[in-house]
Amino acid sequence: MSDSPIAVEQHGPELLHHFVDAEQQRDAASLGMWLFLATEIMFFGGMFCAYLIYRFWYYNEFAAGSRSLDITLGTVNTAVLICSSLTVALGVRAAQMGKRKLLVVLLLLTIVFGFAFLGIKGVEWYNKYEEHHIPGPSFNVDDLIKAYPQIHIDPQHEQIFFSLYFAMTGLHALHMIIGVVMFAFLSYYAWKGRYTPKYYTPVEMGGLYWHFVDIVWIYLFPLLYLIDRHH
Amino acid sequence: MSEHVMSSKFYYTIWIALLGLTVVTAAVSFLDLGPFNVIVALVIATVKALLVVLFFMHVKYASEKLTKIVIVSAIFWLFLLLALSMADYATRLWS
Repeated sequence: MSDSPIAVEQHGPELLHHFVDAEQQRDAASLGMWLFLATEIMFFGGMFCAYLIYRFWYYNEFAAGSRSLDITLGTVNTAVLICSSLTVALGVRAAQMGKRKLLVVLLLLTIVFGFAFLGIKGVEWYNKYEEHHIPGPSFNVDDLIKAYPQIHIDPQHEQIFFSLYFAMTGLHALHMIIGVVMFAFLSYYAWKGRYTPKYYTPVEMGGLYWHFVDIVWIYLFPLLYLIDRHH
Repeated sequence: MSEHVMSSKFYYTIWIALLGLTVVTAAVSFLDLGPFNVIVALVIATVKALLVVLFFMHVKYASEKLTKIVIVSAIFWLFLLLALSMADYATRLWS
Protein backbone atom coordinates (compact mmCIF):
# COMPACT_ATOMS: atom_id res chain seq x y z
CA MET A 1 0.00 0.00 0.00
CA SER A 2 1.27 3.41 -0.93
CA ASP A 3 0.88 6.29 1.51
CA SER A 4 -0.61 8.55 -1.13
CA PRO A 5 -4.37 8.16 -1.65
CA ILE A 6 -4.07 9.06 -5.35
CA ALA A 7 -1.19 6.78 -6.14
CA VAL A 8 -1.80 4.59 -9.18
CA GLU A 9 -1.25 1.01 -8.18
CA GLN A 10 -1.42 -2.38 -9.71
CA HIS A 11 -4.76 -3.92 -8.83
CA GLY A 12 -5.63 -7.58 -8.80
CA PRO A 13 -9.24 -8.80 -8.68
CA GLU A 14 -8.96 -8.85 -4.87
CA LEU A 15 -8.90 -5.02 -4.76
CA LEU A 16 -10.59 -2.97 -7.47
CA HIS A 17 -9.67 0.70 -7.53
CA HIS A 18 -13.02 2.01 -6.21
CA PHE A 19 -12.72 0.15 -2.89
CA VAL A 20 -10.71 1.29 0.13
CA ASP A 21 -9.47 -2.17 0.98
CA ALA A 22 -10.08 -5.83 0.23
CA GLU A 23 -12.34 -6.26 3.24
CA GLN A 24 -14.64 -3.45 2.08
CA GLN A 25 -14.81 -5.06 -1.36
CA ARG A 26 -15.73 -8.44 0.10
CA ASP A 27 -18.38 -6.91 2.37
CA ALA A 28 -19.91 -5.07 -0.61
CA ALA A 29 -20.10 -8.30 -2.62
CA SER A 30 -21.63 -10.16 0.32
CA LEU A 31 -24.23 -7.46 0.97
CA GLY A 32 -25.21 -7.39 -2.71
CA MET A 33 -25.57 -11.18 -2.75
CA TRP A 34 -27.77 -11.15 0.36
CA LEU A 35 -29.96 -8.42 -1.17
CA PHE A 36 -30.39 -10.64 -4.23
CA LEU A 37 -31.29 -13.57 -1.97
CA ALA A 38 -33.86 -11.34 -0.21
CA THR A 39 -35.58 -10.83 -3.59
CA GLU A 40 -35.40 -14.59 -4.16
CA ILE A 41 -37.14 -15.18 -0.82
CA MET A 42 -40.04 -13.02 -2.03
CA PHE A 43 -39.99 -14.73 -5.45
CA PHE A 44 -40.46 -18.17 -3.88
CA GLY A 45 -42.56 -16.62 -1.10
CA GLY A 46 -45.37 -15.82 -3.53
CA MET A 47 -45.62 -19.50 -4.46
CA PHE A 48 -45.48 -20.64 -0.83
CA CYS A 49 -48.27 -18.16 -0.10
CA ALA A 50 -50.40 -19.54 -2.98
CA TYR A 51 -49.76 -23.06 -1.68
CA LEU A 52 -50.89 -22.13 1.86
CA ILE A 53 -54.09 -20.46 0.64
CA TYR A 54 -55.13 -23.29 -1.70
CA ARG A 55 -54.25 -25.93 0.87
CA PHE A 56 -56.53 -24.09 3.30
CA TRP A 57 -59.36 -24.05 0.72
CA TYR A 58 -58.96 -27.52 -0.85
CA TYR A 59 -57.56 -29.49 2.06
CA ASN A 60 -58.81 -32.95 0.92
CA GLU A 61 -57.35 -32.62 -2.56
CA PHE A 62 -54.04 -31.33 -1.22
CA ALA A 63 -53.79 -34.20 1.29
CA ALA A 64 -54.54 -36.82 -1.38
CA GLY A 65 -52.11 -35.25 -3.85
CA SER A 66 -49.38 -34.98 -1.23
CA ARG A 67 -49.76 -38.65 -0.30
CA SER A 68 -49.37 -39.64 -3.96
CA LEU A 69 -45.80 -38.26 -4.00
CA ASP A 70 -42.91 -40.68 -3.43
CA ILE A 71 -41.65 -39.95 0.10
CA THR A 72 -38.58 -42.22 -0.31
CA LEU A 73 -37.33 -40.35 -3.37
CA GLY A 74 -38.16 -37.04 -1.67
CA THR A 75 -36.15 -37.95 1.43
CA VAL A 76 -33.21 -39.25 -0.61
CA ASN A 77 -33.21 -36.03 -2.62
CA THR A 78 -33.18 -33.97 0.58
CA ALA A 79 -30.13 -35.94 1.74
CA VAL A 80 -28.45 -35.43 -1.66
CA LEU A 81 -28.92 -31.66 -1.38
CA ILE A 82 -27.60 -31.60 2.19
CA CYS A 83 -24.49 -33.50 0.99
CA SER A 84 -24.04 -30.93 -1.79
CA SER A 85 -24.24 -28.12 0.78
CA LEU A 86 -21.49 -29.87 2.76
CA THR A 87 -19.21 -30.05 -0.29
CA VAL A 88 -19.89 -26.35 -0.96
CA ALA A 89 -19.04 -25.37 2.64
CA LEU A 90 -15.86 -27.49 2.52
CA GLY A 91 -15.08 -25.98 -0.89
CA VAL A 92 -15.20 -22.42 0.46
CA ARG A 93 -12.93 -23.61 3.28
CA ALA A 94 -10.48 -25.11 0.75
CA ALA A 95 -10.47 -21.77 -1.09
CA GLN A 96 -9.80 -19.91 2.17
CA MET A 97 -6.77 -22.13 2.74
CA GLY A 98 -5.57 -21.96 -0.86
CA LYS A 99 -5.93 -25.69 -1.55
CA ARG A 100 -6.53 -25.50 -5.28
CA LYS A 101 -6.93 -29.21 -6.12
CA LEU A 102 -9.21 -29.88 -3.16
CA LEU A 103 -11.35 -26.88 -4.16
CA VAL A 104 -11.73 -28.19 -7.73
CA VAL A 105 -12.65 -31.68 -6.48
CA LEU A 106 -15.25 -30.30 -4.05
CA LEU A 107 -16.80 -28.01 -6.68
CA LEU A 108 -17.05 -30.93 -9.12
CA LEU A 109 -18.57 -33.13 -6.39
CA THR A 110 -21.19 -30.43 -5.84
CA ILE A 111 -22.05 -30.58 -9.55
CA VAL A 112 -22.36 -34.39 -9.31
CA PHE A 113 -24.79 -34.04 -6.37
CA GLY A 114 -26.68 -31.37 -8.34
CA PHE A 115 -27.13 -33.76 -11.29
CA ALA A 116 -28.14 -36.56 -8.90
CA PHE A 117 -30.86 -34.35 -7.45
CA LEU A 118 -32.12 -33.35 -10.91
CA GLY A 119 -32.06 -37.00 -12.05
CA ILE A 120 -34.13 -38.20 -9.08
CA LYS A 121 -36.51 -35.26 -9.58
CA GLY A 122 -36.83 -36.28 -13.23
CA VAL A 123 -37.77 -39.84 -12.19
CA GLU A 124 -40.46 -38.43 -9.89
CA TRP A 125 -41.83 -36.20 -12.64
CA TYR A 126 -41.86 -39.15 -15.06
CA ASN A 127 -43.86 -41.21 -12.53
CA LYS A 128 -46.39 -38.37 -12.35
CA TYR A 129 -46.55 -38.35 -16.16
CA GLU A 130 -47.30 -42.09 -16.19
CA GLU A 131 -50.01 -41.63 -13.53
CA HIS A 132 -51.64 -38.83 -15.62
CA HIS A 133 -51.08 -36.41 -12.73
CA ILE A 134 -49.60 -33.66 -14.90
CA PRO A 135 -52.17 -30.82 -15.25
CA GLY A 136 -53.56 -30.58 -18.76
CA PRO A 137 -55.90 -32.45 -21.15
CA SER A 138 -54.75 -35.94 -20.04
CA PHE A 139 -55.03 -35.13 -16.32
CA ASN A 140 -56.83 -37.89 -14.47
CA VAL A 141 -57.19 -38.55 -10.73
CA ASP A 142 -59.58 -41.52 -10.77
CA ASP A 143 -56.82 -43.50 -9.01
CA LEU A 144 -56.82 -41.06 -6.07
CA ILE A 145 -60.64 -40.95 -5.93
CA LYS A 146 -60.66 -44.76 -5.74
CA ALA A 147 -57.85 -44.84 -3.15
CA TYR A 148 -59.60 -42.41 -0.79
CA PRO A 149 -63.36 -43.16 -1.01
CA GLN A 150 -63.97 -41.58 2.42
CA ILE A 151 -63.12 -38.05 1.22
CA HIS A 152 -64.56 -35.99 -1.61
CA ILE A 153 -61.98 -35.17 -4.29
CA ASP A 154 -62.78 -32.59 -6.95
CA PRO A 155 -60.49 -33.19 -9.99
CA GLN A 156 -60.35 -29.44 -10.72
CA HIS A 157 -59.04 -28.73 -7.23
CA GLU A 158 -56.66 -31.67 -7.44
CA GLN A 159 -55.28 -30.10 -10.60
CA ILE A 160 -54.46 -26.95 -8.62
CA PHE A 161 -52.36 -29.04 -6.20
CA PHE A 162 -50.38 -30.58 -9.03
CA SER A 163 -50.02 -27.23 -10.82
CA LEU A 164 -48.44 -25.81 -7.69
CA TYR A 165 -46.33 -28.96 -7.22
CA PHE A 166 -44.87 -28.67 -10.71
CA ALA A 167 -44.48 -24.89 -10.56
CA MET A 168 -42.65 -25.00 -7.22
CA THR A 169 -40.42 -28.01 -7.88
CA GLY A 170 -39.88 -26.76 -11.46
CA LEU A 171 -38.77 -23.31 -10.34
CA HIS A 172 -36.52 -24.95 -7.75
CA ALA A 173 -35.05 -27.28 -10.39
CA LEU A 174 -34.41 -24.27 -12.65
CA HIS A 175 -32.41 -22.72 -9.82
CA MET A 176 -30.48 -25.99 -9.48
CA ILE A 177 -29.65 -25.97 -13.21
CA ILE A 178 -28.42 -22.35 -12.95
CA GLY A 179 -26.37 -23.39 -9.90
CA VAL A 180 -24.78 -26.33 -11.75
CA VAL A 181 -23.79 -24.04 -14.65
CA MET A 182 -22.38 -21.50 -12.18
CA PHE A 183 -20.35 -24.20 -10.42
CA ALA A 184 -19.02 -25.45 -13.76
CA PHE A 185 -17.56 -21.97 -14.35
CA LEU A 186 -16.25 -21.83 -10.76
CA SER A 187 -14.56 -25.23 -11.20
CA TYR A 188 -12.89 -24.09 -14.43
CA TYR A 189 -11.53 -20.88 -12.91
CA ALA A 190 -10.51 -22.66 -9.72
CA TRP A 191 -8.59 -25.17 -11.81
CA LYS A 192 -6.93 -22.24 -13.62
CA GLY A 193 -5.80 -20.96 -10.21
CA ARG A 194 -7.78 -17.73 -10.19
CA TYR A 195 -8.90 -18.13 -6.55
CA THR A 196 -6.45 -17.57 -3.73
CA PRO A 197 -6.82 -17.08 0.04
CA LYS A 198 -6.78 -13.32 -0.75
CA TYR A 199 -9.50 -13.54 -3.38
CA TYR A 200 -12.15 -16.26 -3.40
CA THR A 201 -15.28 -14.05 -3.38
CA PRO A 202 -16.90 -15.77 -6.42
CA VAL A 203 -16.62 -19.17 -4.68
CA GLU A 204 -18.15 -17.71 -1.54
CA MET A 205 -21.02 -15.98 -3.41
CA GLY A 206 -21.73 -19.08 -5.50
CA GLY A 207 -21.82 -20.98 -2.22
CA LEU A 208 -24.37 -18.57 -0.73
CA TYR A 209 -26.60 -19.12 -3.79
CA TRP A 210 -26.28 -22.90 -3.54
CA HIS A 211 -27.09 -22.95 0.19
CA PHE A 212 -30.13 -20.73 -0.47
CA VAL A 213 -31.48 -23.17 -3.06
CA ASP A 214 -30.91 -25.94 -0.50
CA ILE A 215 -32.98 -24.00 2.07
CA VAL A 216 -35.86 -23.58 -0.40
CA TRP A 217 -35.94 -27.37 -0.73
CA ILE A 218 -35.72 -27.79 3.06
CA TYR A 219 -39.15 -26.05 3.17
CA LEU A 220 -40.60 -27.58 -0.02
CA PHE A 221 -39.92 -31.10 1.28
CA PRO A 222 -42.18 -30.99 4.38
CA LEU A 223 -44.88 -28.87 2.71
CA LEU A 224 -45.22 -31.08 -0.37
CA TYR A 225 -44.34 -34.55 0.96
CA LEU A 226 -44.74 -34.69 4.73
CA ILE A 227 -47.44 -32.65 6.44
CA ASP A 228 -50.39 -34.64 5.04
CA ARG A 229 -48.68 -38.04 5.09
CA HIS A 230 -50.39 -39.49 8.23
CA HIS A 231 -53.98 -40.98 8.32
CA MET B 1 -16.49 -10.16 7.34
CA SER B 2 -13.32 -11.42 8.91
CA GLU B 3 -11.26 -14.36 7.82
CA HIS B 4 -12.58 -17.21 9.87
CA VAL B 5 -11.62 -20.69 8.78
CA MET B 6 -13.68 -23.31 10.60
CA SER B 7 -12.35 -26.83 11.07
CA SER B 8 -13.68 -29.43 8.66
CA LYS B 9 -14.89 -31.45 11.66
CA PHE B 10 -17.24 -28.57 12.46
CA TYR B 11 -18.82 -28.79 8.99
CA TYR B 12 -19.17 -32.58 9.26
CA THR B 13 -21.00 -32.13 12.58
CA ILE B 14 -23.52 -29.74 11.00
CA TRP B 15 -23.92 -32.16 8.06
CA ILE B 16 -24.68 -35.10 10.37
CA ALA B 17 -27.20 -32.97 12.29
CA LEU B 18 -28.94 -31.99 9.03
CA LEU B 19 -29.13 -35.60 7.84
CA GLY B 20 -30.40 -36.73 11.25
CA LEU B 21 -33.15 -34.10 11.28
CA THR B 22 -34.17 -35.15 7.74
CA VAL B 23 -34.64 -38.77 8.87
CA VAL B 24 -36.53 -37.65 11.99
CA THR B 25 -38.94 -35.39 10.09
CA ALA B 26 -39.63 -38.08 7.47
CA ALA B 27 -40.30 -40.68 10.20
CA VAL B 28 -42.52 -38.37 12.27
CA SER B 29 -44.71 -37.65 9.23
CA PHE B 30 -46.12 -41.20 9.45
CA LEU B 31 -47.39 -40.63 13.00
CA ASP B 32 -50.79 -39.03 13.44
CA LEU B 33 -50.20 -36.02 15.69
CA GLY B 34 -53.26 -34.08 14.56
CA PRO B 35 -52.46 -30.40 14.02
CA PHE B 36 -48.95 -30.98 15.39
CA ASN B 37 -47.80 -32.76 12.22
CA VAL B 38 -47.57 -29.39 10.46
CA ILE B 39 -45.96 -27.69 13.44
CA VAL B 40 -43.32 -30.38 14.00
CA ALA B 41 -42.45 -30.51 10.27
CA LEU B 42 -42.08 -26.73 10.01
CA VAL B 43 -40.10 -26.43 13.27
CA ILE B 44 -37.64 -29.09 12.09
CA ALA B 45 -37.38 -27.38 8.68
CA THR B 46 -36.67 -24.06 10.39
CA VAL B 47 -33.97 -25.61 12.60
CA LYS B 48 -32.34 -27.09 9.48
CA ALA B 49 -32.57 -23.75 7.64
CA LEU B 50 -31.00 -21.99 10.65
CA LEU B 51 -28.12 -24.49 10.73
CA VAL B 52 -27.44 -23.83 7.04
CA VAL B 53 -27.74 -20.03 7.31
CA LEU B 54 -25.74 -19.60 10.52
CA PHE B 55 -22.92 -22.08 9.90
CA PHE B 56 -22.70 -23.03 6.20
CA MET B 57 -23.42 -19.46 5.07
CA HIS B 58 -21.19 -18.04 7.84
CA VAL B 59 -23.79 -15.59 9.13
CA LYS B 60 -22.98 -16.44 12.75
CA TYR B 61 -19.24 -15.81 12.72
CA ALA B 62 -18.33 -13.74 9.72
CA SER B 63 -20.97 -11.33 8.56
CA GLU B 64 -21.55 -7.62 8.73
CA LYS B 65 -24.32 -6.09 10.82
CA LEU B 66 -25.79 -4.69 7.60
CA THR B 67 -26.00 -8.21 6.13
CA LYS B 68 -27.84 -9.40 9.22
CA ILE B 69 -30.33 -6.52 8.90
CA VAL B 70 -30.99 -7.52 5.27
CA ILE B 71 -31.65 -11.14 6.29
CA VAL B 72 -33.97 -10.23 9.15
CA SER B 73 -35.86 -7.75 6.92
CA ALA B 74 -36.26 -10.36 4.18
CA ILE B 75 -37.77 -12.83 6.66
CA PHE B 76 -40.02 -10.07 8.03
CA TRP B 77 -41.34 -9.22 4.51
CA LEU B 78 -42.05 -12.89 3.92
CA PHE B 79 -43.87 -13.03 7.25
CA LEU B 80 -45.98 -9.99 6.24
CA LEU B 81 -46.86 -11.63 2.91
CA LEU B 82 -47.92 -14.92 4.50
CA ALA B 83 -49.56 -13.57 7.68
CA LEU B 84 -51.62 -10.81 6.08
CA SER B 85 -52.74 -13.05 3.20
CA MET B 86 -53.84 -15.78 5.59
CA ALA B 87 -55.48 -13.19 7.89
CA ASP B 88 -57.76 -12.44 4.93
CA TYR B 89 -58.46 -15.93 3.58
CA ALA B 90 -58.74 -17.65 6.95
CA THR B 91 -61.40 -15.22 8.23
CA ARG B 92 -63.63 -14.94 5.12
CA LEU B 93 -66.08 -17.50 6.43
CA TRP B 94 -66.55 -15.65 9.72
CA SER B 95 -69.76 -13.67 9.88
